[in-house]
Amino acid sequence: MANIMYWEAIQRAHDEEMARDPLVICMGEDIGVAGGTYKATKGLYEKYGPLRVMDTPISEGGFTGLAVGASFLGVRPIVEIMSVNFAWLAMDQMFNSAAKVRYMSGGQLTAPCVFRSAGGAAHQLGAQHSARMEKVFMGIAGLRVVTPSNPKQAYGLLKSAIRSDDPVFINEHELMYNMKGEVPDSEYFHPLEGSDIARAGTDVTLFGYNISVHWCLKAAEILDKQYGISAEVVDLYSLSPLDRAGIKASVAKTHRAVIAEEDEAPVGVGSEVIAIINEECFFELDAAPVRVHSALVPQPYNHTLEKAAIPDHEDVVKAVLKLFGKA
Amino acid sequence: MKIEDKKRVLREMVLHRRFEERCYQAYIERKIGGFLHLYPGQEACCNGVMEAARPGHDYVITGYRDHVHAIKCGADPKEVMAELYGKETGSSKGRGGSMHIFDAGKRFMGGYALVGGPFPLAAGIAKAIQLKGGDEIAICFLGDAANNQGVFHETMNMAALWKLPVLFVCENNLYGIGTSIERSTAVVHQHKRVAAYNIPADECDGQDIEVVYEHARRAVDHVRSGNGPFFLELMTYRYRGHSMSDSRGYRSREEEELWKQRDPIFILRDRLIAAGELTMEAYAALEKETDAYIENEVIRFSEESPEPRVEDLEKYVLADRDTQLPWLTGKAA
Repeated sequence: MANIMYWEAIQRAHDEEMARDPLVICMGEDIGVAGGTYKATKGLYEKYGPLRVMDTPISEGGFTGLAVGASFLGVRPIVEIMSVNFAWLAMDQMFNSAAKVRYMSGGQLTAPCVFRSAGGAAHQLGAQHSARMEKVFMGIAGLRVVTPSNPKQAYGLLKSAIRSDDPVFINEHELMYNMKGEVPDSEYFHPLEGSDIARAGTDVTLFGYNISVHWCLKAAEILDKQYGISAEVVDLYSLSPLDRAGIKASVAKTHRAVIAEEDEAPVGVGSEVIAIINEECFFELDAAPVRVHSALVPQPYNHTLEKAAIPDHEDVVKAVLKLFGKA
Repeated sequence: MKIEDKKRVLREMVLHRRFEERCYQAYIERKIGGFLHLYPGQEACCNGVMEAARPGHDYVITGYRDHVHAIKCGADPKEVMAELYGKETGSSKGRGGSMHIFDAGKRFMGGYALVGGPFPLAAGIAKAIQLKGGDEIAICFLGDAANNQGVFHETMNMAALWKLPVLFVCENNLYGIGTSIERSTAVVHQHKRVAAYNIPADECDGQDIEVVYEHARRAVDHVRSGNGPFFLELMTYRYRGHSMSDSRGYRSREEEELWKQRDPIFILRDRLIAAGELTMEAYAALEKETDAYIENEVIRFSEESPEPRVEDLEKYVLADRDTQLPWLTGKAA
C-alpha cells in the first residue's frame, strides 16, 4: 500500500493504462506541457508525446466531440474538463453523441470515452466556477457516472472506466486532489457499480458520495462519541446506476436515512435515493428520510455567504439529531 | 470519369432519387414516422465526392439527410428502408430512424440530428486514423447552415492545428431549414470561412457530377496525402422542403424551376445520350427497373420484416453486461 494523493492516484491510472494500450490517449486544457491544472496528467506529455497527450484549445464542445469520434474507432480517450462548469459546453457531445450512439445505431457503434471533471465548490470561485452538476449527468441513459471519494477509488474507478466499453463520466472535486490515502501497490480495478460501506453502524444510514462521504464520516464520529448514535456511512461512488440493493440493505438494517450532497436539493442525488428507499423499503423506515444539501443559489463569492450556502459535517449531525428528536 | 463509371453512377443516382421519392410516398401512407429529410436535387454531391473517395474504406459521417450517403457507402437499401419502417431488420435495428442510419461495417458512421454535431466527431475519426496510421480519410458531409454552429469553428481550428485527415464537404443548398442563407449567414460562400484556419478550400457546381468529381479528386488526394484537412463547398439545391411539414413558403416556385433545369441526374443522362452511350428508351427502362426493384425488394422486405420486441426495449443502452463484468464488479482476471 502506498499513501498517495488523489491526483497522484489519477496520474498513476493514466500512466498504467497508456503504457499498456497505445490507443489510450488523454486530452484537455493545459494537461500536457503544463502538466495539468490539478497535476492529474503530470509527466505524461514527456513520456507519451503530443499525439497521445493533447493540449487542446479552449473548445470544450469541440474536443469532447473529437474524443467521442475517435472512440468510435476503438481509441480510448480520457478527456479532462478542467471544471465541471465548462462541461455545460460539452454536454451536447456527451449526451447526444456519446451516450446515445450505441442505442441509435442498434449496437453497431460505441463510445468508450472517459470524461473526468472537477466539480464542487472550492474557495470563493464564484457562481461560474463552483457548480456541482452530477445531478445532470446521472439522469442520462447510456452514460455511467462515478465519483471517487478517496485516492483508492480515484485510481481504481479510472482504471475500470478506461476499460469499460461504455462512456463514463467521473466527477472529481477541486478540494480533494491533495487528499492522501492508501492505494494498493498492485493493479486494482474498482467496480463501476455498487456502493461501499465506509463505516458500519446500526442506528441511521448516512448516504454520501465524493466529498460528502467525508462529512458523513466526521458526523458519524461525533454522533458516536457525543450522542451514542451508531451511524452507518454508505459511499455511493456510482451515481449511475445507483446501488438499489445497497441502499435497501443499509436502510433495512438502520431504519433511518440521511442523504448528504453538496449539490442543491431539487432533482438531485438525495431525491433519487429517497425515491429508491420509497420503492424498495418504505415499510422499513422509522422516520422520514432527510436531505442535507446546499442552498439553491448561484454560488456567492463572499466567504461568509459561500460557507452558508454549502453544508458540512455539522449539518449532517444536526439532521441526524433532528431525526432522533434530539434537536 | 470513365464512361463505365458514369453509366454505373447514373444507375445509382436514379436509385437514390426513386428511393427518396418512395420514402415520401411511404410517409404519406404513414408507414414511416418521425421526421424525414429527403435528398432529391443534391445527388451529384454525395455521388461525385464518393466516386473520388473509397466507399467502404473511407469513413463517412453526416447529418440527418443521410439515406443516400449510407447507400452510397454500401448500406443495403432494403435495410435503410426497413429502418425507416422501424423494423428489427433496419440498419439500426429500428432504434435510430431516418435521421440515424448507421452501417459501421461499411464505415458509414452515422447520421446525426444536431446540426453541426458531426463536425468534431469527424475530426475524432480522423484523429483515430492518424493514431492507427491507416490510409483512410474521414469525410464529413453537412449543409451550409451547420457552419453557423460554434463547433464548426472549434473543429476547423483543431483539424488544421493537428493536420487531421478529414475532408469537410459542405453541401450548400442555400437554406437552413426555412431560412435562406442570405438571411442567416453573413458570408454566402462558405469556403471563404475556413481561410481563417488556413484550411485549403474549393467551391464548385454541385449539380454536375463530373465537376464535383474533378474537384473532389483533388480534395481527397490532398487529405489522403497527409496534408491535413480540406473544405469543399458544393453549390446545390434540395427540391423538397427541409423535412415533411415544410410547404416551402419561403421561396418561389420560379426559383425551384430554375434549379430543376439543372437536375444532376438529367445533366448526366443527357450527356450520356449526346455521347451515344445511352438512349432515352434505355433511361426510361432504367427508371422502371429501379422502381420495380424498390417495390419488389426494398418495400416488400420492409413491410414483411418483424418489429423489434418490446422485451428488447433496453437492449443497446449500455454494452452487454456479460462482456463488462470485470469492470462492473472490480473482479478483473
